[in-house]
Amino acid sequence: MTTTDYNKNMGFYVDMQRCIGCHSCEMACAECETNGQESMIHIHYVDRKHTIQTTVQVCMHCDDPVCANVCPADAITKDTFGVVQSANTARCIGCSNCVMACPFGVPNKKEEAELMMKCNMCYDRTSAGLKPMCATVCPSGALFYGTLEEIEEKRPHSTPVNKFIFGDQEVKTKVNIMMPKGSKELKVH
Amino acid sequence: MAKLPVNDELIIEKFGPHKQYTPKDGFKGVSEPDKLVKTHCCYCGMQCGIQLKVKDNKVVGFEPWKEFPFNEGRLCPKGVQRYLQNNHPDRLLSPMKRVEGVGFEPIEWEEAMNKTVSEIQRIQSTYGNDSFAMLSGVSLTNEKSYMIGKFARVALKTKNLDYNGRLCMVSAGGGNKKAFGLDRASNNWTDLKHAEVIIVTGANVSETFPTLTYPIWEARDNGAKLIVIDPRIIPLARTADLHLALRPGTDSALYGAMLKVLFDNDWIDREFIEEHTSGFEDTLASVQDHTLEWAENITGVPAEKIYKAAEMWGKAKTSFLLHARGIEHHTKGVDNVVGCINLVLATGRIGKPYCGYATITGQGNGQGGREHGHKCDQLPGNRDIENPEHRKYISSVWGIDEKDLPGKGFSAWEIIEAIHRGEIRGLLSICFNPLVSLPNNNYVRAALEKLEFYVTIDFFLSETGRHADIVLPGSLHEEEDGTVTTAEGRVVRINQAITSPGKARKDSDIIKELARRLGAGDKFSFENNEAIFNELRVASKGGTADYYGITYEKIEKNMGVFWPCPSLDHPGTPRLWEDRKFKTPDGKAHFNPAPYKLSTEMTDEEYPIILTTGRVVSQYLSGCQTRRIGKLVDQYPEPLMEIHPKLARQYNITDGNLIKVSTRRGELTLPANVVETIREDTIFIPYHWGGKHSANMLTIGALDPVSKIPEFKVCACKIEDTGIKAQDSQLSDAFQSFDN
Ligand code: SF4
Ligand code: SF4
Ligand code: SF4
Repeated sequence: MTTTDYNKNMGFYVDMQRCIGCHSCEMACAECETNGQESMIHIHYVDRKHTIQTTVQVCMHCDDPVCANVCPADAITKDTFGVVQSANTARCIGCSNCVMACPFGVPNKKEEAELMMKCNMCYDRTSAGLKPMCATVCPSGALFYGTLEEIEEKRPHSTPVNKFIFGDQEVKTKVNIMMPKGSKELKVH
Repeated sequence: MAKLPVNDELIIEKFGPHKQYTPKDGFKGVSEPDKLVKTHCCYCGMQCGIQLKVKDNKVVGFEPWKEFPFNEGRLCPKGVQRYLQNNHPDRLLSPMKRVEGVGFEPIEWEEAMNKTVSEIQRIQSTYGNDSFAMLSGVSLTNEKSYMIGKFARVALKTKNLDYNGRLCMVSAGGGNKKAFGLDRASNNWTDLKHAEVIIVTGANVSETFPTLTYPIWEARDNGAKLIVIDPRIIPLARTADLHLALRPGTDSALYGAMLKVLFDNDWIDREFIEEHTSGFEDTLASVQDHTLEWAENITGVPAEKIYKAAEMWGKAKTSFLLHARGIEHHTKGVDNVVGCINLVLATGRIGKPYCGYATITGQGNGQGGREHGHKCDQLPGNRDIENPEHRKYISSVWGIDEKDLPGKGFSAWEIIEAIHRGEIRGLLSICFNPLVSLPNNNYVRAALEKLEFYVTIDFFLSETGRHADIVLPGSLHEEEDGTVTTAEGRVVRINQAITSPGKARKDSDIIKELARRLGAGDKFSFENNEAIFNELRVASKGGTADYYGITYEKIEKNMGVFWPCPSLDHPGTPRLWEDRKFKTPDGKAHFNPAPYKLSTEMTDEEYPIILTTGRVVSQYLSGCQTRRIGKLVDQYPEPLMEIHPKLARQYNITDGNLIKVSTRRGELTLPANVVETIREDTIFIPYHWGGKHSANMLTIGALDPVSKIPEFKVCACKIEDTGIKAQDSQLSDAFQSFDN
């Protein structure tokens, strides 16, 4: 970790409005050498009967990650850059606690491997000064990786939001969602 | 007789399509490739830049190419997975001959070439030169397109050469020529992102050219209004300012009504019309009865929405209009295109910064492939094969006597008809899969079965190739140097990354060898593909598509050069018409009346529903390439029929059940996807599959009189629920929301 040139100013921004449901991000994510052809990002139709809208589900890298908090094996850790790492293979016991605890429904348990897997923000790329695969390929710009200044300049009609309210619980995240201009938080019912 | 030597199942078992996936840990060498080769995606007309990772002469992965100015690393799923074409188990590695009852047997090149050439000679000496036809494809580079145009006329000596661009944007070409005298998108995409209003009509940009959504979004970030005209709520339409869901086949009525609104409200540029156009009065007269009420009745779009669209378009200072196959695949495709162009000309918003007009070419080299002469009526540089001066110039470049240069031949569909009539007896095809991509499959299959000899050059055995007598294994995109011209008109470099495996050869070497054996070797003595390009440059010199000033070196240096580029010191032309000198005989841009006409087959009591066809994001054209890539297939494994819940209720259709769709030409059974994102009177089926999944079993071989493009986008059908549930394996990701 001492050799990394991870740039803390770079952030991850998700703009669902733009998602065209193409699955390019999923396929590119799977190309990451550490993923074993599994994608850590997931695209879903919200309700295909009524709309063509799709959603992108990526690990939000919470400030205080519940997934790590509930992990009995201490397999999940948040590093000094704020990246919540995937479960450590040597430690993960495949109990699925994280799967159930995550408010965003992110971690996936790979039954064959008895292992929790999720996005670690393309650590192999981001720590080497590259951008995550998904955000690089996303053809419509629904995924963006860069600085706050860049995104503010690029998207004058939206505001990045990283505060989510689930009932009484407030969750702050490293990843931002692009919301209509002036939004401050997102209440999830 | 080109009947199948054995049944389809046996051929599929041997030659696929099989799904290839990347191994769990990636291909060997992916982390330490020998080299990264900068090239372009092998699929659509965006031609996104990409870097291929190469290890031990194999493509093992990719790395985004961030510096390429158009896509800056962005790729759609096809681009991400394109590297899987190399090293694919279905790859053809040896020449083959058909053996009745056995299938295809590998043979040596010598035998394959001898047989091919002797059959060509036998057929031509018995029935005349034109009885042997050639069909080509625009996935091929400019070099190959040029070489094939020359090969057919100089070595094969036939007039009957056409290409699969005939199914792509020839209507746009026809319209462009009528209006501007030149066939190219007027601007680069940089202008698009600064336009105040954008019309996207008949173009499912989000699924067919996904990386083009980015500049559209950039324009919206800059405050642009977006108008989408399409019978379906395509992903781009979801957040558009206006979505006009018109009845398929009624586009020109809509544009006509919009033109009238523009005029009635004086949202036109009189000065531009006066000084730089002709034909306005006649065109205006032709829309006088196109009232909003009339248009609402024809198109099914509420009058207020049509007015609103005209207002948004009319009041803007800058604008961009984009269209694609949705308006071009009609028997009035050319009319639709000129109808669109009329809206652009009326507002004078062309040849200026941030103003433009473009047809989006579907195939990788849809643009360049239509300029260099593998079209039945065309010579290099976009020259006319019937124009004496053009003929004379090209004959001199080719070193032949003008009288030996054949004239205009049949178009792709007409070649099929001529085979049925017995006028054409032999066929050579390269990278064209008409059995899937032409309309009325059964008729096409019957034609193939009538051929006395059919030889194909390809790298996978396509549905059409299965009917061949001789199969010649050609090259993949990454196995040859060359250039392609993107939908913007930017000529870019395809860099060879690997050499062909097994006994497969470069397409250009195969053509050269055939030419040599046909006695025209001296005309095809190109040392390499750059030499072909250099001859193309000379052949295009002085034509409307002038490439003379473009060199490999210049392309590399500038990451592409826009044509026309008439001299070596010319920088290229990203934006056309800034000088207002149009290429028409009177030097003006032409308005053309685009009267509303009925589609060839209208709905009736027996066939009461409109069928329209198109594409999905994970598949490409006839699917010959993409149906072999595991994840692309899994995303959308088989065609689905999109149907509105109201229409579904009327026919007691249950979501996810198999539905029988029939037209006067055939029938097809496929799962219903009941969605509100389509018109109530229309069903949609994507066309990428062959055999019993082929949407083109149903479509009609009616042609636009000018462009000869078939009417893929409208025919009449009937539907019936079979009561059988589709299996999970048939259902795509789009079924996630099933409520059963
Ligand atoms: S989004 Fe879920 S998986 Fe990601 S850090 Fe937060 S709690 Fe953990
Ligand atoms: S690549 Fe971008 S547009 Fe495509 S599905 Fe992923 S987030 Fe959506
Ligand atoms: S298919 Fe088209 S949009 Fe997709 S990556 Fe290839 S060139 Fe780009």
